[in-house]
Amino acid sequence: MPTSSRANFMTPPPARQRRRLVVDALARYTVGLGGVFVIAAVALIFFYLLYIVIPLFLPADARPVASYPLPGGKEARTAHLVMDELREVGIRYTRDGRVFFFDPADGNPRGEGRTLLPPETRATAFSAGDSATGIVAYGLDDGRARVLQTTFKVTHPNDVRLVTPHLSFPLGEEAIVVDDQGRPLTRLAVQQGEESASLVATTDDGRLILTHITQEVSFLDDEVTLEVAHTELPAPDQAVDFLLLDKEQRTLYAASRDGWMSVFDITDPQAPALIQRLRVVGDGLQVSALTFLTGDISLLIADSTGAINQWFPVRDETNTMRLTRIRTFDTGQGTVRSVGVEPRRKGFMAADDQGRVGIYHTTAHRLLEISSVSTAPIRLVSVAPRADAFLAEDDSGHLHYWTVHNEHPEVSWSALWGKVWYESYAEPEYVWQSSSASNDFEPKFSLTPLAFGTLKAAFYAMLFAIPLAIMGAIYTAYFMAPRMRRLVKPGIEIMEALPTVILGFLAGLWLAPVVEKNMPGVFALLLFVPLGTLLFAYLWRLLPSHLTQRVPEGWDAALLIPAILLSSALALWLGPHMEHAWFGGNMPEWLSHTAGIDFDQRNALIVGIAMGFAVIPTIFSMTEDAIFNVPKHLRNGSLALGATQWQTLTRVIILTASPGIFAAVMIGLGRAVGETMIVLMATGNTPVLDFSLFQGMRTLSANIAVEMPESEVGSTHYRVLFLAALVLFAFTFIVNTAGELVRQRLRSKYSNL
Amino acid sequence: MKSWFKSGTPWIWLNACAVSVSILMVIGLLGLIAMRGLGHFWPADLAQFDYMERDGSMSRLVGEFHETEEVPAEQLRASGDLNIGDEAWVTRHLIKTGNRDVSGMDFRWVIDSRISSLTYPRPLVAVERREWGNLYGYLHSLREAGRTVAEGEAAWKPFMERLARAEVLHAQIRAIEKDEIGSINSGMERLRLAKRKLELEGIDDPARLTAIAAEEAGLQQRYAGLQNELLKLYEAIQRDSVTFTVADGKQVHVPLAKIVRAFRPNAMSLPDKAGHYFAKLWEFVSDEPREANTEGGIFPAIFGTIMMVMLMSVFVTPFGVVAAIYLREYARQGLLTRTIRIAVNNLAGVPSIVYGIFGLGFFVYFLGGNIDQLFFPEALPAPTMGTPGILWASLTLALLTVPVVIVATEEGLSRVPRAVREGSLALGATKAETLWRTVLPMASPAIMTGLILAIARAAGEVAPLMLVGVVKLAPALPLDGDFPYLHLDRKFMHLGFHIYDVGFQSPNVEAARPLVYATALLLVLVIVVLNLAAIAIRNRLREKYKSLEH
Repeated sequence: MPTSSRANFMTPPPARQRRRLVVDALARYTVGLGGVFVIAAVALIFFYLLYIVIPLFLPADARPVASYPLPGGKEARTAHLVMDELREVGIRYTRDGRVFFFDPADGNPRGEGRTLLPPETRATAFSAGDSATGIVAYGLDDGRARVLQTTFKVTHPNDVRLVTPHLSFPLGEEAIVVDDQGRPLTRLAVQQGEESASLVATTDDGRLILTHITQEVSFLDDEVTLEVAHTELPAPDQAVDFLLLDKEQRTLYAASRDGWMSVFDITDPQAPALIQRLRVVGDGLQVSALTFLTGDISLLIADSTGAINQWFPVRDETNTMRLTRIRTFDTGQGTVRSVGVEPRRKGFMAADDQGRVGIYHTTAHRLLEISSVSTAPIRLVSVAPRADAFLAEDDSGHLHYWTVHNEHPEVSWSALWGKVWYESYAEPEYVWQSSSASNDFEPKFSLTPLAFGTLKAAFYAMLFAIPLAIMGAIYTAYFMAPRMRRLVKPGIEIMEALPTVILGFLAGLWLAPVVEKNMPGVFALLLFVPLGTLLFAYLWRLLPSHLTQRVPEGWDAALLIPAILLSSALALWLGPHMEHAWFGGNMPEWLSHTAGIDFDQRNALIVGIAMGFAVIPTIFSMTEDAIFNVPKHLRNGSLALGATQWQTLTRVIILTASPGIFAAVMIGLGRAVGETMIVLMATGNTPVLDFSLFQGMRTLSANIAVEMPESEVGSTHYRVLFLAALVLFAFTFIVNTAGELVRQRLRSKYSNL
Repeated sequence: MKSWFKSGTPWIWLNACAVSVSILMVIGLLGLIAMRGLGHFWPADLAQFDYMERDGSMSRLVGEFHETEEVPAEQLRASGDLNIGDEAWVTRHLIKTGNRDVSGMDFRWVIDSRISSLTYPRPLVAVERREWGNLYGYLHSLREAGRTVAEGEAAWKPFMERLARAEVLHAQIRAIEKDEIGSINSGMERLRLAKRKLELEGIDDPARLTAIAAEEAGLQQRYAGLQNELLKLYEAIQRDSVTFTVADGKQVHVPLAKIVRAFRPNAMSLPDKAGHYFAKLWEFVSDEPREANTEGGIFPAIFGTIMMVMLMSVFVTPFGVVAAIYLREYARQGLLTRTIRIAVNNLAGVPSIVYGIFGLGFFVYFLGGNIDQLFFPEALPAPTMGTPGILWASLTLALLTVPVVIVATEEGLSRVPRAVREGSLALGATKAETLWRTVLPMASPAIMTGLILAIARAAGEVAPLMLVGVVKLAPALPLDGDFPYLHLDRKFMHLGFHIYDVGFQSPNVEAARPLVYATALLLVLVIVVLNLAAIAIRNRLREKYKSLEH
């Protein structure tokens, strides 16, 4: 059979046909990709935010680099270990007054060791000042003290970085006389500031001496003259095993091993005063380590149970500063023998007699990492200036050098959402204060006031918007004449397109002063407009019916406009008179002085109105659709059974449309929560936790807009701002998804009816 | 009465009240912006009056009446002003007195009852200056190189003529400084980068280096020539100056180079004023801002907004349309389409600031930073694309407006009758051909609608732009005569941000406010017109296909 000329299903298509099919398939895949793109975009936003946020919650990572015998030998005990900024040079001070320089990475010595003491003296005490200054001091057996300073010089000979340590004597080559009776010094504390230095020492006969040194630089030849003054402090009854002086040279802490601590105020070096004596560990316990946290406000006190307590002075009811225990870090078993403090953050590392080093952060109350560094007990740990490494010395005479990756210790669940007791605060509080000029600043990353502000703004906005939008939508969908509806609906929907920056600008610069000036009038509006409407309606009913019937059905809203304008004018006209009669002529002042309510010009009332204005169209439009799309036969059935219009509306229509109304409110809420420009411009942006109508707030979104441009990329602040964005994203995601699901269900329900 | 309440009628009235209140708010808002925004450019009459200060001394004031309000007398007494009589309410006016360089302030409040001998003298001159704001006073003398040419009333005509000359010179100076020297600078920068690139790539090509050096020398030479020309122009423009006697009798000396325009509002006829009004209006939309954005025009902001919106349209249209086609034409209705719809809704509902922070992190730092590493290593550490700019801003906004395009396009596609598709398929067209040749052309007005709505949304969005590329004052437009003409890496100005910045960050809010209202009006007009256009197109489309369906 000659079938070859006929085409059947097996015939291969000609080339042109094939190309058409290929194009068709290509189009299908491209379009499919386009559909998936939308999901991908949402997922990308979510995962990118997450990707930035996750490092906040990762534990620290500590890795061993090298272990080596103590540079300079283990005969003499180590007094102090330091590293430079770039971790190229390590310095070891020994208790017998020698110093050794070494490379922290391998322990190789860098240059010869040096003896630091004046001839024929012996070191009996040691103290290191604030780490930023590099000051250390040796107390000598003849009642004097030698003060030294180490600085690091960075040079680039032949394009290779070279760090050279440099030793100097900031208070002169001559040792400073601390005890003029010449007794050996047993404990020592040193600090040097810009103009003065202080040395505090105990002597072997139990005296406590403060030596205050004022430096004066001569204008002529840069020669420094020192003025030395000695004051004897009342010595505590117990032995002084720890002596700490803060870097401002204002407060002195002297503690014994069994936990008795005396606090002296030495702001005036001539008249030091004992301000508090207290027990800082439980009965029968011992203090195993005691040091300042960076900033020298908090004390870290380790006791023999292995707990580390943070204490700082807190102002009590009688306005006196009392050293108070703030929080405890329980390290588990083992006694903490040394605490190394991060020089630039409120973090520390604790080494114990089990050979472990733990990394902690105080504000976040967080244990970031604990690692076994040595089999022998560790007696000393020292943190590098950037907190990216530590040196730990164990009892077997070895140094262990570890690097640490610990970028964001400041953040924890409790620091973000809970009350935190910040340094110098009277009690635990929710505070957002992300940055400050000072290096010792304790960042306060509580998102609670911001989340609260967000909800507060949204709450007042919804309070304003929901009644107007839903009632308006009910009328428009159910009662309004179709011709009027065709005008009104787009009219209100155009509101939605109005840029929020304009609403914010008007709210901040026009509405806020106007409302402040006419406050009673504005509140009177709330009462007068509905009352005026009702009065008008009642009078309208009393009019003869041949007059009222001239107005076609469904145009009542237009009729009401003069009534509303009139009652508003009346309210605003009466406002100043009410203000005069009841509020002494100035309601904002009356509020803050007589009623004791703080008043901001840009407050929640303004935000509520402006943002309410922005969400009205969203809610209105969707509610209107939901009500309008309720099948007509439901309404007709109800009316046919004798129900009035109002009964039909409340018992049938609204009930049927209620999921749609719910979705509308949800989506309106989502918009109110995320709105930025209005809150940015119409509030003072202060992060306060106060629900008052007359106070401002700071919202998550406005906070991002304000602080993001100044945030350093990759910093904790940067990531916390991303977290704020993630919170917003998650919230609106839930709200919008709920709204959309409800709408999808409603749509299929209507189509079934 | 009770039965009336029971019938529910009052509730219906209250619902009607809610609609009316909403509508009144919209109208009131638009009216407020229009009134304040348009009123600013009308030349206000200059009043001169004697005023009793609160301590009883008399002074003479000249200025425009700006605002009038009633305040309770207690409030004034509380602020220390006791010279206000016994009335409970006091009328006071806000006067724009100008002369910031003389008196230190632009505006002051005066109590109505203490004003006497109020006149509107015809010879009073209002001078708009390039710095220090307005000056109000009487023309005293006109000088040329320090020598008086004319005095008093007779000086007005020559003053006007010489002012016109100064304006021409000023325009020439600006053209040289901004365009020509600006283009030399960008040329020098380009050469520097070219050299650095050779260095980085380790290419030692003397021929190319000499070419660069030669080009550099050429630019240097052109620069020297321009400098010379500028010097001459500056000399010429500084020839004339004028002296005014201000309200308190002091004399103020103003070089003509510092004057934008001078006019005598009290002597102007209605057509004169109208002419002035439109000249000011034109300046507003076509000129660059002066005095920290509080004076002059907003042209760079308009231009920046349009550029950004156009770039955004390029990105948003294909993605939005393709996604809509997928949803409506290809996808089987099921879990996937429902998920996509939820995603679309979420894209529409995610707060705009989240887009901003995402754009900054992902586009600017991640994409931009990597592009810099790969393509612009010669400029590092100065970022080229790794810094906020117009490209990233438009991409961010494209993401933000994609749902608008999707929803509108989908609606348009759903209105295309099934019969059209079936007819096409029955004639043997593939699905792609059907779409491309019949369905999409029919739905194109809907796509247009979506795009217009997206543009309207983008034009008004500020929060994300603050993070991804908008600045208060951009040194150069993103489109100019220097290679590569379209500068995607540049920062730009934006109408919405301009409103925020001038209204809230400006040092002199009171003086800037009218301009902010005018900017707001322009923005609202643009957005309302765009929206109305979109609604009109959509309605026409609906009507058109209604007939096809039945």
